[in-house]
Amino acid sequence: MHSVVCLKQVPDSSQIRVHPVTNTIMRQGVPAIINPYDLYALEAALALKDRYGGRVTALCMGPPQAEAALRKALSFGADEAILVTDRAFAGSDTLATSFALASAIRQIQRDMPVDIVFTGKQTIDGDTAQVGPGIAKRLDLQLLTYVAKIDDIDLDRREIVVQRRAEGGVQLLMTRLPALVTVLEGINEMRFADLDDMFRAARYPLKVWNREQAGIEDVAKIGLKGSPTVVAKVFAPQAKRERAELIETHSGAPGDLAATLLAKLFTRFPHVQAQVQRQAL
Amino acid sequence: MSQQTPAPATRPTRRKVELDPRLAAYKGVWVFVEHERGVAHQVSFELLGEGRKLADALGVELAGVVMGAPGEATRRFCAEAFHYGADLCYLVEDPILADYRNEAYTRGLTDLVNAFQPEILLLGATTLGRDLAGSVATTLQTGLTADCTELNIDPENRSLAATRPTFGGSLLCTIQTLNYRPQMATVRPRVMTLPEPDTDRSGRIVEHPLGLVETDIVTKVLEFIPDQNRDQAQLAYADIIVAGGRGLKRPENFQLIWDLARVLGAEVGASRPVTQAGWVSADRQVGQTGKTVRPKLYIAAGISGAVQHRVGMEASDVIIAINEDPAAPIFDFATYGIVGNAMQILPALTEAFRQHLATARKAG
Repeated sequence: MHSVVCLKQVPDSSQIRVHPVTNTIMRQGVPAIINPYDLYALEAALALKDRYGGRVTALCMGPPQAEAALRKALSFGADEAILVTDRAFAGSDTLATSFALASAIRQIQRDMPVDIVFTGKQTIDGDTAQVGPGIAKRLDLQLLTYVAKIDDIDLDRREIVVQRRAEGGVQLLMTRLPALVTVLEGINEMRFADLDDMFRAARYPLKVWNREQAGIEDVAKIGLKGSPTVVAKVFAPQAKRERAELIETHSGAPGDLAATLLAKLFTRFPHVQAQVQRQAL
Repeated sequence: MSQQTPAPATRPTRRKVELDPRLAAYKGVWVFVEHERGVAHQVSFELLGEGRKLADALGVELAGVVMGAPGEATRRFCAEAFHYGADLCYLVEDPILADYRNEAYTRGLTDLVNAFQPEILLLGATTLGRDLAGSVATTLQTGLTADCTELNIDPENRSLAATRPTFGGSLLCTIQTLNYRPQMATVRPRVMTLPEPDTDRSGRIVEHPLGLVETDIVTKVLEFIPDQNRDQAQLAYADIIVAGGRGLKRPENFQLIWDLARVLGAEVGASRPVTQAGWVSADRQVGQTGKTVRPKLYIAAGISGAVQHRVGMEASDVIIAINEDPAAPIFDFATYGIVGNAMQILPALTEAFRQHLATARKAG
């Protein structure tokens, strides 16, 4: 059982603040973390290794600093870690990114065939959920998105059964390996790094691949050149609303505040009053 | 895995480009009509409304794309697409398409695009739409912009200008696909307004074969287990939402949110820290990485109003914010604010609504 887990290093968006006056983003000091959704993918791969044995390879495309994300993955128990980094990747959109990652996975496969490629359901910075399906198509893997549970894997018959979150329900799907699985959030909990793995992670000679080592010959397929989408402009959103009208009373007692609020609300917004009365039957 | 990380300092892209004549042949705006269990997803109708505007701006036709098992139900989706603005529908009927499976739908939609060459293809950013859009865009080797909040035609070059939040919603960026066709985009449910249907409208149906046999498809659907409490759909389309955040301090205090929601017949939402801490299930998360909602009334208790949450709920008609911190960003965009302890205000609010409703019932 060989799993490749694609990880992305992202800025911790919970720490991003917007400047109240200039309405620009304040990025100073925002820590870089492993995309939280990817941790569910990593844990799913590690759990399969616990069950079926084999190997977990962590793969990350990004700047040299993304090494930290891979060392973290090693400390959780990944066996191998590969950083694909090259200035030629700068400006890659999702199509170019899936091309680069698919090429790197082909290189990994020369060493040991891959049964499952794991990704998170999306990243918290791009939020596109497009790279996983892109890799699957490029490598001709069966695509299983939003997987809530891996029910069963039969390595002899090369079959996998999963529960996939769909609109309004769950699909129980059976397909053949190799497959690409994007993992739904909240389906598992990342294990604690144990001391041995933490030492190993610190000493591990990380594999760092440039464009050629990742098996990419055609530079027109990566970076800005390989990206059909272009960013035409970036701008700050218009503030849409006035500041809130603060509800205050002499007593400041909760009951008075609530009564004052309701009176104001229903006077100014009769359609809200109507909705409340209609719905609360 | 990101959409391009846009650097505001980059030099402006040359947007006035001559389109390759091969690509200039791509004409028309398409909306993929998504359905599951015999019901079309409302996001498809929202997109038809938006697609209508784009088609009119370009002076081209708007088409719905309907794929499914042969039968009345599938054809009914075509009729609905006409009601919501489509001029024609491309219809692919095949028993293989009874359940959504990536392989079959990707093949069907890719073939349709290659055969009829639309310039714009829109899909809902649902679990189905994102699964399909990413696969089709990669197969066609074209550009795809996810989770757009605004779609326009650039008058300079007649290309689609797709605007989406970036950096967690704190900035917006406009993305274009210049030298590739079709230009693809997804939009989340509830982001665009639902147009009024016109049941007198009709259109023509263009049928196209799937060209697959069941044995071509590796993946089998063993079972579909419908949700017991259709949580997901209900939150996005709820008219009243009561949401709680970290300011409630302890998981047991979240009960106060449920209490108020029950009195109002409202849905319950939550901020990301609270769903991550497991106080409520992840499908109740409102925000950039959760659901986009636009209820008539949104009550936020103990939610600071970080950008991540704000982008998911600021389209609400009326927002009531309760927070201890007078400097909390939520007061910058809420309609009404109460600065105070949510654990005391919430029960008072529940009681006030209860009394109001009791009086209204007596009078009514």
